[in-house]
Amino acid sequence: MSAAPRAAFMVTCLGDLFYPEVGEKIVRLLRRLGVTVEFPAGQTCCGLPLFNSGYHGEAAAVARRTVALFEDAEHVVVPSGSCAWMVKHEYPGLLSGAERTAAERLAGRTHELSQFLVKVLGRRQFRSAVGGRLTYHDSCHLLRGLHESESPRALLRGLDGAEFVELPGGDECCGFGGSFSVRLPEVSSAILDKKLANVEATGAGCVVACDAGCLMQMRGGLSRRGSRVRALHLAEVLADGAGEPGSAAAPRGGAA
Amino acid sequence: MSEVAPATPLRERAGRALEDTFLQQALTIATTKFIGLRREAFDEFPEGEALRDQARAIKEATLQRLDHWLETLIDNIERRGGHVHYAASAEDARQIVLDIARRTGSGMAVKSKSMATEEIHLNEALEAAGVTPVETDLGEYIIQLAHERPSHIIAPAIHKTKGQVAELFARELGRETQPDPEVLTRIARAELREKFLQADLGITGANFAVAETGTVVLVTNEGNGRMVTSLPRVHVAVMGVEKVVPSMTDLTVFLAILAKSATGQKLSVYTSLVNGPRRGGELEGPEEFHLVLLDNGRIKQIAGPLRESLYCLRCGACLNVCPVYRQIGGHAYGYTYPGPIGILLTAMLNGPESVKDLAHASSLCGACADACPVRIDIPRMLVELRKEVDERRIAPWPERVVFGALGSLLRRPALYRLSARLGRLFQRPFVRGGAIRRLPLFLGRWTRTRDLPPVAARTFQERWADLAREGRR
Repeated sequence: MSAAPRAAFMVTCLGDLFYPEVGEKIVRLLRRLGVTVEFPAGQTCCGLPLFNSGYHGEAAAVARRTVALFEDAEHVVVPSGSCAWMVKHEYPGLLSGAERTAAERLAGRTHELSQFLVKVLGRRQFRSAVGGRLTYHDSCHLLRGLHESESPRALLRGLDGAEFVELPGGDECCGFGGSFSVRLPEVSSAILDKKLANVEATGAGCVVACDAGCLMQMRGGLSRRGSRVRALHLAEVLADGAGEPGSAAAPRGGAA
Repeated sequence: MSEVAPATPLRERAGRALEDTFLQQALTIATTKFIGLRREAFDEFPEGEALRDQARAIKEATLQRLDHWLETLIDNIERRGGHVHYAASAEDARQIVLDIARRTGSGMAVKSKSMATEEIHLNEALEAAGVTPVETDLGEYIIQLAHERPSHIIAPAIHKTKGQVAELFARELGRETQPDPEVLTRIARAELREKFLQADLGITGANFAVAETGTVVLVTNEGNGRMVTSLPRVHVAVMGVEKVVPSMTDLTVFLAILAKSATGQKLSVYTSLVNGPRRGGELEGPEEFHLVLLDNGRIKQIAGPLRESLYCLRCGACLNVCPVYRQIGGHAYGYTYPGPIGILLTAMLNGPESVKDLAHASSLCGACADACPVRIDIPRMLVELRKEVDERRIAPWPERVVFGALGSLLRRPALYRLSARLGRLFQRPFVRGGAIRRLPLFLGRWTRTRDLPPVAARTFQERWADLAREGRR
């Protein structure tokens, strides 16, 4: 008997505070695929907001404790491309000596969710938890940071019960950018308007992303304009096999 | 002397740009076109990716021995009878050009498009000294007529629609015409032809200078560059010191990717190799040739955090793909060089204080680094600039307090969990139908156009115990 893969789930701050249902779906999905899911206690945030705003001393302190938390993990699964990028790309440079070595080891074992499903588990076929047409927004850090465009698409194309269409300008930023969206809110919103116009032009019922930041931005805009289109995390369109109905993901906000 | 800081805050400048419907229309059309053309050019040119790596390597190697290559360049230009001047600052560069104008009795200078001369604000200095500068690149000509400054590195009038240009020509030149680019170009051409013949001084920038041959290289599309370098008696080229390349072979690498990145052309229409003043037996060319090597903060950055920005070819590709530039255009940046690379160059020329706000005018989406022909990691350096702003305590104190508090919160899980509970209390009056539609203070900046999700009734961490139990069943 070969040992079941073990994965530690890094929920991320946005995932923990705002989208816990996404985390639940990921845990159930992974378990159904035979993965033993661990959840190291004491998680907070990867530190990307601190890092991107230039507060590198603080970011290093956060990195140090995150590296220690996940020290024993066989794999680390992250639901957001930007947080995965932070761990893989920036942690080692923030630390030194033995801590840096540990950070490098962690970097090699950390995977964004779609990458873990496709590249580590080799799974591409899932039943769709939503019907109709869906499209995909490339989050910047996943696409240009981790150079990942294929894994999410493979999963979406492989969905049983949904039709995948490409999003024009899908590789363009949604305008979130963390603190950018608060520092220059009008510019951030103007960029979002373009993105949402493209999304609506596809005729898709939902736009899928692999990053909680983009989802927060796109959901926020869609909900404010009363759009029927939903912005969903990848995990929300992959049925976890727990016998959920087609509308696995309830729309948030909107005109309700 | 540094450039003057803009009078209004960045957010206000950006806001004005967003409300300018002409600007929005012009930017969308032009940048979308540039993006498509660049993509096609590289799609048809599979060796392009390897050449980008090679170009980057040449830039890096040249910087490592910049003193050597500059000396070689100077020797070879002087051997051909040209003069080379070193300008430590913008002020020095202006003085050098003014001295040449004065000594040669030049009353009018025709100019080919040059960001280096924009950087040193040469036109204002020439005017003050009684020398009339005439921009001869069509885009530059338009903005000079409009008393504006370039809003893009290669397309200075990108912010204007053809209708606006027709109105400008009617007002400034007394020529009523349809907004037809061809007709407008003919009008400009006729106006400029006279100037080429009258001018004593021709002023250009330089895209490259080849050290081993002493050749100054101009990459242009309109032919005005050739007129500027061959008709007037005196030619002065102003060039940043980092633009030197060792050999002609190196030059070919850059020429193969520059126009593709800038306009999607395989090559620009004109690539002019200027080899100093007219020599015996030659029929054209200036009697005097001067190269002004402009430092203005560059050499210091060879050992600085912005080193990579010295690789920049000034192609403008990063502007075209930048979601922020595409929304606010070049003028909102407030300095000579706009766009992602412009923020770095502004910091290099005017110090990190000048970009304490601009360093944040990026979502760090990385499209710029992707488009850059020499793969400058612009987002990385923007983060470095933000770090420098933080470390020098230039950032406003409320921001430092917020991020300091965030830092301690994220290091202490108990405090983090407490803040989730406090968040639920705080948000209670603002949640409507499962979303937060309005928040007070600076958080209201988010909710003016977007809903915010409330902190969940039970966070994931609070749900984990149940999930763990479910897993054991």
